[in-house]
Amino acid sequence: MSYNPFSLKGKNVLVTGASSGIGRATAIECSRLGAKLIITGRNSERLEETLSLMEDEAHSMVVADLSYSEGLNLLVNALPQLDGVVHSAGVLKRLPLKFVTEENLAELMQINFIIPALLTRHLYKKKILSTDASIVFISSVASSFASLGNIMYMASKGALNSFMKGVALELASSGIRANAIQPGMVKTHLTVLISDSEIEKDIDCYPLGRYGKPEEIACAVVYLLSDATKWMTGTLLTIDGGLTLR
Amino acid sequence: MSEKFIELFKETLEIEDDSVQLNTEFRKLSQWDSLAFLSLIAMIDEEYDVVIEGNDFKKLITVGDVISEIEKR
Ligand SMILES: NC(=O)c1ccc[n+]([C@@H]2O[C@H](COP(=O)([O-])OP(=O)(O)OC[C@H]3O[C@@H](n4cnc5c(N)ncnc54)[C@H](OP(=O)(O)O)[C@@H]3O)[C@@H](O)[C@H]2O)c1
Repeated sequence: MSYNPFSLKGKNVLVTGASSGIGRATAIECSRLGAKLIITGRNSERLEETLSLMEDEAHSMVVADLSYSEGLNLLVNALPQLDGVVHSAGVLKRLPLKFVTEENLAELMQINFIIPALLTRHLYKKKILSTDASIVFISSVASSFASLGNIMYMASKGALNSFMKGVALELASSGIRANAIQPGMVKTHLTVLISDSEIEKDIDCYPLGRYGKPEEIACAVVYLLSDATKWMTGTLLTIDGGLTLR
Repeated sequence: MSEKFIELFKETLEIEDDSVQLNTEFRKLSQWDSLAFLSLIAMIDEEYDVVIEGNDFKKLITVGDVISEIEKR
């Protein structure tokens, strides 16, 4: 009965963006599969709430705004040796081209692309990643599936995908794997700017007839962190209820 | 505020005539589509530093409603 190829027992896993949505669900699922977690986000109250929803008590949290180098350093210095990293911190801003400014673009690229890139660099350079560690980036179908007003977000996730592939190749000789998950729409705090009626219309585009749930993305993260995927690197895993089929 | 807003509103939706008034139901305008919606939200954020979330915006029917929503914040 104890056979479980997806077990995360004995693995230390860092999850960014763990105070909400997909990051929170990921922290919870990983704890259920035996991982020891370090969770991070900006909002301490919601991080505590995530901790309280997790199985076992050996986990820790680090409150940090990763847009600033102080925040990034604070996090990196608080980390033990890691067997897994999940980059889930991210923001969405929909702006038609006319409204795209340098400031908006810089802010979105910073959180969705530069932070995961720099964090990965620090973890590798400081030898915090153990040999055979698995890195998971939460990208989006938006990286290549266009939707109106989504220019900046699409570009940030496209950059993230390319970065992931470069890292996968460069770190392969160290035994470190990198993969990305591309979810379709999942109802989280990220989607509050979209009205319910707009959502209803949008759901018609999903062959499986609904949006995803955070835990459905989290389970794919577990898969990529586990030893079941030891021969998998540089892959984009799409989980979108069939949205991009047609 | 009203006059300035109507000017910005017309500019955002690229409306050239005088068809926009306080009681205009903006969703009925021929220029209204999802890009117009995003542009309007972006214009209000940029000009008034107000972010109207989807479910609040849904309740606004006329141009005047949008102005009162901005003034409320
Ligand atoms: N929801 C979707 O439909 C969907 C679809 C495809 C891809 N994704 C991607 O999935 C990831 C998670 O999204 P979500 O839906 O779970 O969003 P969410 O509920 O809004 O959560 C976003 C998380 O990112 C953290 N974060 C944002 N800015 C940060 C910063 N400067 N420093 C540190 N943490 C920061 C937030 O922390 P605080 O709240 O503590 O500030 C929060 O924990 C994102 O990368 C998103 O692009 C989402």
